[in-house]
Amino acid sequence: MSEILRIENLHKSFGDLEVLKGIDLAVQAGETVVLLGSSGSGKSTMLRCLNFMETPTEGKIHLNGELIGTERGGRMRYREAELCALRARIGMVFQHFNLFPHMTVLENVMEGQVIVLGRGKPEAQDKAMAQLDRVGLAEKAAEYPARLSGGQKQRVAIARALAMDPEVMLFDEVTSALDPELVGEVLKTIRQLAEDGMTMLCVTHELGFAYHVANRVLFLHEGTILEQGEPQSILKAPATDRMSEFLEGHSLFKLPD
Amino acid sequence: MEWNFLAVLRDFDLLMLGLLNTLKVTGLALLFGVPLGLALALSRLSTFRILSGIAGFIVEFFRTTPPLVQLFWFFFALPILIDVRMTPLIAAVVTFSIQSSAFFAEIFRGGILSIDKGQWEGAKAIGMTYGQCQRRIILPQAIKRMIPAFMERSIELLKTTTLVSTVAYTDLMFQANELAQKTFRPLEVYTIVAAIYFVLIFLFSQFSIAVEHRLAKSGEGTVR
Repeated sequence: MSEILRIENLHKSFGDLEVLKGIDLAVQAGETVVLLGSSGSGKSTMLRCLNFMETPTEGKIHLNGELIGTERGGRMRYREAELCALRARIGMVFQHFNLFPHMTVLENVMEGQVIVLGRGKPEAQDKAMAQLDRVGLAEKAAEYPARLSGGQKQRVAIARALAMDPEVMLFDEVTSALDPELVGEVLKTIRQLAEDGMTMLCVTHELGFAYHVANRVLFLHEGTILEQGEPQSILKAPATDRMSEFLEGHSLFKLPD
Repeated sequence: MEWNFLAVLRDFDLLMLGLLNTLKVTGLALLFGVPLGLALALSRLSTFRILSGIAGFIVEFFRTTPPLVQLFWFFFALPILIDVRMTPLIAAVVTFSIQSSAFFAEIFRGGILSIDKGQWEGAKAIGMTYGQCQRRIILPQAIKRMIPAFMERSIELLKTTTLVSTVAYTDLMFQANELAQKTFRPLEVYTIVAAIYFVLIFLFSQFSIAVEHRLAKSGEGTVR
């Protein structure tokens, strides 16, 4: 396995509030990493720093061995053009889908390919249809997003990101805004991607998903990685009280076995 | 009092010429005012402080001064400052282009700000630049929402252009004044001119309602 993403000493502050206090992480190609943590722990901010939706205050990020940005005077500098090119290589899916409502499903999935990657329309359309087929929505290609269910919208958003041939996928609480009965179809799609060998980082509250799909689980607390390990061990026997409390809070009411 | 439209109708071509000039000033002011308004709005939204400051000042200045003062300033005062020959048409087009651009800028700005932040994020995440986001994602949605305010402002503009008669530009109002004096029939002349403005603006607003309804069908309009 080769290393695809390396994060060194990542810090992020919003004004006086330090949200990330030094994160180090190396992700191997094909790995599925799940980030857990209570709200305010910094897990979403960490994810958003990886494709520079937020600019890190300090630290270095390497994608496929290359350092993003240039170091000058002890600080990292980033050019906007460089960051746009980077974002095109990293797929991101959001809690609220963020589909473009004035475009059809097909146009949504073609947009980045044509405008950002400069692919020709026929090629982009073939790619888009292939990805829509992959998420099981090829027959909805001509619909507008407003006519889809939440689960379908989220699968289109996944197809839109995949059509860019990303090297890494980031999922930011992608099932949190969905009705419970729609969560399954989206998680199934993501699981399929994991099995296909896609490298991904997922912020989620779905412990079952973490247990069954992740190769590694990170538990973030107050801006640092408090614990990490294989889901089967870390979720069953957390080492810290903080993580035990978190897991108990998430499984307070369970059906009896 | 006896109504007699014959004297007026005999010189109806004078009024038609005036109408044509009114439409010319309005059309040119829209042609320059809309792009200028977009430029002002984008400048005002810029994170570059000096640029947004200048744009903000221009917008506020032209929104808060009376259009008649602006027109007189461009027609009578500007040629004293710099060496330009001002014709009534140029003064009118310059004034109403800038004046309406200030209002259009606020309509554009409001439209752009009304678009959900998630749209920027979705576009940014697939690698789009700021310009690509604006052009492909934000503006197409913002413009649909702006249409009612845009139409309203255009109607205001058409009505405000009557001021150009004061600098002797031969618009519909100027021609009406001429005709009223020539025929001694102000009652009939101004009645007809009011009717012309009414028909023009009524047709225009019917058109704008039709456009809104059409957009509503694609689920993106302002009519439900």
